[in-house]
Amino acid sequence: MLRRCASGLICLALLSGCGKQSITSTKSPDAHDIALLWWWMLAAAVIVFGGALLLLVLAWLKRERPGLPIFGEREHINEGMVLLFGIAIPIVTLTALFAVANIYLVNRTAPPKPSSTAMTVDVIGHQWWWEIRYAGTSAVTANEIHIPVNTRVNVVATTADVIHSFWVPALNRKVDMIPGLHNRVLLFSSRVGKFRGQCSQFCGLQHAHMSFWVFVDTAGAFRSWLAHEAAPASAPRGATASAGQRMFVTTSCASCHEIRGTGTTATVGPDLTHLAGRTSIAALTLPNTPSALAPWIHNPQAIKPGDRMPDLGLQSNAVSELVAYLQELK
Amino acid sequence: MATVVTPRGQPHVDRLDRIWSERPGILGWLTTTDHKRIGILYFFTSLAFFGAGGVEALLMRTQLIGPNGHVLSPAAYDEMFTMHGITMIFLFVIPMTTGAFGNYLIPLMIGARDMAFPRMNAVSYWIFLCSGIFIYIGLASGHAPNAGWFDYVPLASKQFDPGNNIDFYGYGLIFNGISSTAASINFIVTIFKMRAPGMSLNRMPLFCFAFLAVAFALLFALPSLSVATLFLELDRQLGFHFYDSAQGGDPLLWQNLFWIFGHPEVYIIILPAFGIATSIIPAFSHRRMVFFPLVALAEILVAFLGFGVWVHHMFTVGFATITTVYFAAASLIIVIPSAIQLFAWITTILTGTPEFKTPMLFIIGFIIYFVIGGLSGITVAAIPFDQQVHDSYYIIAHFHFVIFGAAVFPILGGMYFWFPKVTGRIYHEGIGKLSFWLTFLGTFFTFFPMHIVGLLGMPRRNYTYPPGMGWTALNFIESIGSYLLAVGLVMIVVNLAVSLRRGPQAGNDPFEGDTLEWSTSSPPPPYNYPVIPTVTSAYPMWDKDDRALDNRRLERGEGVLERGHETPATSAEDAIWDEILTMPSHSIWPPVCALTLAGMFAMLLLQHYFIALGFAAAGALVLIGWHHKGVSE
Repeated sequence: MLRRCASGLICLALLSGCGKQSITSTKSPDAHDIALLWWWMLAAAVIVFGGALLLLVLAWLKRERPGLPIFGEREHINEGMVLLFGIAIPIVTLTALFAVANIYLVNRTAPPKPSSTAMTVDVIGHQWWWEIRYAGTSAVTANEIHIPVNTRVNVVATTADVIHSFWVPALNRKVDMIPGLHNRVLLFSSRVGKFRGQCSQFCGLQHAHMSFWVFVDTAGAFRSWLAHEAAPASAPRGATASAGQRMFVTTSCASCHEIRGTGTTATVGPDLTHLAGRTSIAALTLPNTPSALAPWIHNPQAIKPGDRMPDLGLQSNAVSELVAYLQELK
Repeated sequence: MATVVTPRGQPHVDRLDRIWSERPGILGWLTTTDHKRIGILYFFTSLAFFGAGGVEALLMRTQLIGPNGHVLSPAAYDEMFTMHGITMIFLFVIPMTTGAFGNYLIPLMIGARDMAFPRMNAVSYWIFLCSGIFIYIGLASGHAPNAGWFDYVPLASKQFDPGNNIDFYGYGLIFNGISSTAASINFIVTIFKMRAPGMSLNRMPLFCFAFLAVAFALLFALPSLSVATLFLELDRQLGFHFYDSAQGGDPLLWQNLFWIFGHPEVYIIILPAFGIATSIIPAFSHRRMVFFPLVALAEILVAFLGFGVWVHHMFTVGFATITTVYFAAASLIIVIPSAIQLFAWITTILTGTPEFKTPMLFIIGFIIYFVIGGLSGITVAAIPFDQQVHDSYYIIAHFHFVIFGAAVFPILGGMYFWFPKVTGRIYHEGIGKLSFWLTFLGTFFTFFPMHIVGLLGMPRRNYTYPPGMGWTALNFIESIGSYLLAVGLVMIVVNLAVSLRRGPQAGNDPFEGDTLEWSTSSPPPPYNYPVIPTVTSAYPMWDKDDRALDNRRLERGEGVLERGHETPATSAEDAIWDEILTMPSHSIWPPVCALTLAGMFAMLLLQHYFIALGFAAAGALVLIGWHHKGVSE
């Protein structure tokens, strides 16, 4: 516990670099500018706070003597202090802040014209996962967005049910997903890597388990990923996986999930065509490993209580057949 | 100088005692129209709700003390943060400030014998009590509101929340709003028409200016909430489509209506605290407030400007930049009247000879936390930064420094400050100071790390969080801080409870306060003042001649008004003696009226519309009875 406290204190001192979702460990110009704005505001705030505290300390030190030190008991000087600190200085500093933040920076971080971006990704919020579609292709995936490096990507954020909010702190500000609206935000990264995002508008029971990854790939890697993602699933190899596929297609799995190429078409839950290519399941609740997938299929309500995926009451051999099949969906 | 009753004044006082006596026992409390007893009822009721809201907060902090906690289920956690918000705002801060402090103190401060409408005052309390119980029946029956106190649709629609949970919220808040509306009308009329002769507006205590601003703000803000919740219930129960985008409605309509109420609400919460601060600071700094007229103007301005900033709660919904920029500018402008008040307080303390007793310590804590909360508030008026930290823990940190640090600290300081006036006893100073330090440090450790956790990307309203995000240690500190804070708050209650029995006698004016309430006995008699005071300055208690004159007038029987329940009405601006008002006395109708309303809302919730209509008709009959009685008296 001591070590945890110490690491917390270090975070306090060096905010940047701690945590996967920090607004200060930025990888895009927009997020960088906002973080810079924050550091400047923090510096100004520390000065103002220090000043106010100093006046209170002074009041305590001279508590026996009425009037101001040096100036003495002159009411117009007291009133001048109120005018100076209460009106004059705030007007100057707030005007400066307004100009930098709300005239200059707000336009820089506004959603760009779609024509100025290289590609569009549709992100659709669901209770409690993210549907991701690439405009102009048949690629559909969930909870893991891939974008090419150094490319301006136009994200169109919508919702299938309640209000969600799309937020990748390292890359840009957040934007709400509201029924009837098509809000947009720019994703851009100058560096290859993976960045964590999370729903930030309360959306019901499993709001806490609604996260996603943004993978920033090299241009070539992205192209081949997208081409693969657009293709239908390959046929299962081996008897167990084939049994798993039959199970998937004929039971209630197919009433919610689609695996392209198998004749399933439901879009209630995430598209599983290339599930095995993802690193996580259930909106980053679990890693995508056989040992995590099996309990998830067996009893999702124990892992994500209230989730839309019901407990299906499957036998354990049925679960292992399904896992064997899903593991093949690279 | 306090009122001294000489043998020649005694017969007048005896007659007043007879005229203003109320029924003894429980029945006396049920039928009371005495603003002081109603204030005490408000105090204990809202204190109980503060306890409930505090327990809800502690449960949340215990759930979040480490990653993947299992203290609360996701459903229970959602109910806890929703109930915490509703409780603290509607059932604690507003009734505690306007209901308890305002009710008890405003007639005393302006030298009146009661509120302008004593029975409406009583009905405000009983409606507040019933609405609070109504909302908590939701929790007790397993249907607590669970979509946040902001209750965004469509999450709060029938489709996504089919139980009665949200209906307890919707009807509960409409119900509660009736109480606040009645109370604010009462305050406005009382402050304008009931001030002691000579207390022109420019001599009125700043405390009363703050409450006047709050009363106007409530009166104009509440209709927006009532309309929003009415639309919500029409959508939920009768299949309307105000908020349903699929049918041409608009979910943002809810957000706009809610925040048109919700932001003025923040100033409604904090302005009474400013009022309390402007009472405590002059008393303990032994000098007048610096720049009195500017501070009064700033109090009014804050309430007025508070109506033009609501979209800063909605910077991420995708409005056009021009819209957000306008509201950001308005939000920055409101900093100025706040800064004026802040530096007027600081300058008053600095240039006086401050005495750091317990109430003053809470005001110092308030100033420090108001600066922190104000500064973090300025940062979120920078739109791009707000769009980063919106709905993260940074926001929780910001508004708890404002609402807990800056609004509740003066309430706590005010509890110590006026305790001698209300009870006639003095609290324990040593334990008082200790309770301040525990509360102060507890607040800091609970809420300050939340800034950092928010910057590290932790969103709000998550029932749990994964390890390895950099959030764990900070959440642990926050939870420990919240326990420390709870100990401090309990210590305050214990200190006051023990002092109620064992504290030394306080006398009329233990702190050398500047306002009129300190001139009457502690606790004050039912008629407040044996003689209607006259006022010739803004600091009536520091004006010894006026108070000496009161004593002579009592001996002469002049301005005693001993022919019945009488109090003078004065002109709105200059407080020139207008007429003598005969005030209504105790009545059983106010609680009965509240009960019929409770029945009506319960039946609306259960969708028994005809029975609800029956309760409404019963309510109308009660009103007839109420007014009939008024005529026959």
